[in-house]
Amino acid sequence: MKGRVEIYEGWCKKCGICTAFCPQDVLDTTGDGYPFVRAPEKCTGCGWCEIRCPDFAIVVSPYEEEQEK
Amino acid sequence: MTETTHLIHSYLRSSKRFPHVWCPGCGIGILMGALIRAIDHNRYSKDEIVLISGIGCSGRLPTYLDFNTLHTTHGRALTFATGIKLAKPSLKVIVVMGDGDAAAIGGNHLIHAARRNVDITAIIVNNQIYGMTGGQSSPTTPLGMTTSSSRYGNLEPAFDISRVVEAAGAAFVARSTVYHTRLLEQLIGKALHKRGFSVVEVICHCVTHVGKATHMNSAVEMMNWQRDNAVSVRKAGTLSAKQLEGKIVTGVLVDREAPTFHEEYEKLVARVGVDDSAV
Amino acid sequence: MKKNKRNERLLLQGSEACARGALQAGCRFYAGYPITPATEIMEAMAWELPRVGGVFIQMEDEIASLGAVIGASLAGVKSMTATSGPGFSLMQEHISFASMAEVPCVIVDVMRGGPSTGLPTLAAQGDVMQARWGAHGDHPVIVLAPSSVYEFFDLTIKAFNLSERYRIPVILVADEMIAHMRESVILPRAEESELEERPRPTVPPEWYAPYKDPGTGVPPMPAFGEGYRYHVTGLAHDIRGYPTIRRDEVGELMARLFNKISKDLHLLQWFDSCYAEDAVVTVIAYGSVARPALRAVKRGREKGLKVGLVKLKVLWPFMRRTVMGFLATSTKVLVPEMNMGQLSREVKRVNQGQCEVLTLNKVDGSMITPGEILAKLEDIYP
Ligand SMILES: Cc1ncc(C[n+]2csc(CCOP(=O)(O)OP(=O)(O)O)c2C)c(N)n1
Ligand code: SF4
Ligand code: SF4
Ligand code: SF4
Repeated sequence: MKGRVEIYEGWCKKCGICTAFCPQDVLDTTGDGYPFVRAPEKCTGCGWCEIRCPDFAIVVSPYEEEQEK
Repeated sequence: MTETTHLIHSYLRSSKRFPHVWCPGCGIGILMGALIRAIDHNRYSKDEIVLISGIGCSGRLPTYLDFNTLHTTHGRALTFATGIKLAKPSLKVIVVMGDGDAAAIGGNHLIHAARRNVDITAIIVNNQIYGMTGGQSSPTTPLGMTTSSSRYGNLEPAFDISRVVEAAGAAFVARSTVYHTRLLEQLIGKALHKRGFSVVEVICHCVTHVGKATHMNSAVEMMNWQRDNAVSVRKAGTLSAKQLEGKIVTGVLVDREAPTFHEEYEKLVARVGVDDSAV
Repeated sequence: MKKNKRNERLLLQGSEACARGALQAGCRFYAGYPITPATEIMEAMAWELPRVGGVFIQMEDEIASLGAVIGASLAGVKSMTATSGPGFSLMQEHISFASMAEVPCVIVDVMRGGPSTGLPTLAAQGDVMQARWGAHGDHPVIVLAPSSVYEFFDLTIKAFNLSERYRIPVILVADEMIAHMRESVILPRAEESELEERPRPTVPPEWYAPYKDPGTGVPPMPAFGEGYRYHVTGLAHDIRGYPTIRRDEVGELMARLFNKISKDLHLLQWFDSCYAEDAVVTVIAYGSVARPALRAVKRGREKGLKVGLVKLKVLWPFMRRTVMGFLATSTKVLVPEMNMGQLSREVKRVNQGQCEVLTLNKVDGSMITPGEILAKLEDIYP
């Protein structure tokens, strides 16, 4: 696990882009259409989900930084 | 490891309400992110950026961003941009236009801005349709596509915007899809860096209207299409015209040196001599 | 351009006087497209602007010209363009934009015979209503009409002052005759002209609301790049400049756009009069027609007719107070115009039955002569 993914449902429009294009299959979609982090341990922190989200509803932070805090 | 965390949010206007107006999955939001990162990467200050748009879905983009922003009239954004750049050359002027905006109603301004080589970066959001007005055909709508104003199929061949501006004299021309987000960001960065008229044609998906017309029912499907049909300039060089049919050639298409309008004007001023008491 | 160092007498063409006025007013950006009979203004600016630190650009059409002018003004530079009928028609969308976004700019329309390509080389006054209502939507504008070379100079400076003061597009409607004729004039030197600048924000950027009424109806306006980073749009907007469809916000915006001018109508009653105080029949004229009208009135007086002239310098907002005053003291009013009757409609509108309003119209490309006006005056004289 190298990245920590946070999703802000308030801005998410449930387009599915983040989930579909995650190279590691980290994300999945809930019953009501929002993405969620299903397999956090597989996340490489590549950031594709963040930069492809049209609504700025995902941020990926480096996991190491997270531990230092 | 991504370095982009929270960067976008520091450029969004805190006084604007989000989520933004665009439809779920619309590619314009992806472009907006790439544009912000490119601006940040080039280390421009917020105060020196002037972000200008025409009218259309893409026209709403500047409203959200914490720059000097100007939402002009349909097709005419480049004319305002020309005035701003020439009146205050220290400003970094960026124009965002739709395909109808840039190539139909604003087509004349586009070729003349390119011909003059005004030092402006033009980002053309080519979603192959008039998004805002409900999905009518535009000069980049593919032949045969059914739109709300070409209900029996589009009869008109499409413009290749990049080739039009190349022929008109643009100093820099590049193309990317929004699927290729990192490439898009790099190309915008290069365009911003370029002295002279630079154009980035952004192949973007309009989920709502083109999605309907092409029976692609989601942003994901449309981005898959972008992925599957894009060909890099280098690869394109090895393909025949037949093989390239229907493909999107991406990358830097033109990069050349040419004097800008402003540089030529400065030379003219030096030649005639400034005399403040001329009146 | 010959310098005006010592108020010497100069023989100037109207167009050149206009260009001199613009430069003296501080205009440092001109964008235009060639068209008869306005081309000379553009040519004078093309010659002068590079020499005074300004920018001249010939654009691809008149829409582009006014777009560039508005852009330059947003960058903080006083800007103008000049055109004639066909080009003026193309400019209308951007006049509308400048009114809505409150961007100061000056537009000169040297009127020629219309409609369409019409009579490119001949004078007319057919754009008077277009200058007021040509752009879509209810919008405020100020329209001035010069009737001499000197006035073309003077009103150009005043046009810049008004556009800066109220942050609106100001239109000068001249005509082919005023633009092309030469007169000998003594112009004020630069330091003798009073200039106005747009109000500027005094608050820090964090407090700045670009479209908030400061009490005068005219919000302060920074230039792009000065740290205020605000949003400008032609959409209806709130006080921060963001698009809105809230009825209260749109209503407030529209009311302010109109009130900033209408509260000052008393300051916009600019006219000259001759024998008008005791006139039984008053001629109301503007632009080049005011010249034969003056001749006619003088000759009428020589013949013992109590006739007078009121020459309007502001066409829009219509000088209702001034005109009503003369309607009240005259038995008849004659409005000669080189159109089918445009400003005369306004005169009739504000006439409350106390006076008979008559017209004299000519649209064949020839000037209305003093003889024609005098004959009409004699004909209608009670
Ligand atoms: C002069 C003028 N004509 C027509 C319109 C209506 N209009 C608004 S947006 C638009 C088309 C937008 O299409 P495009 O430029 O491709 O941008 P998109 O919405 O797809 O981003 C049109 C025709 C207008 N606003 N102004
Ligand atoms: S950062 Fe990369 S790996 Fe992690 S969830 Fe996002 S796209 Fe998947
Ligand atoms: S890409 Fe963004 S808007 Fe779309 S589903 Fe994912 S988080 Fe939501
Ligand atoms: S109509 Fe099309 S272009 Fe406009 S916001 Fe929706 S998806 Fe985007």
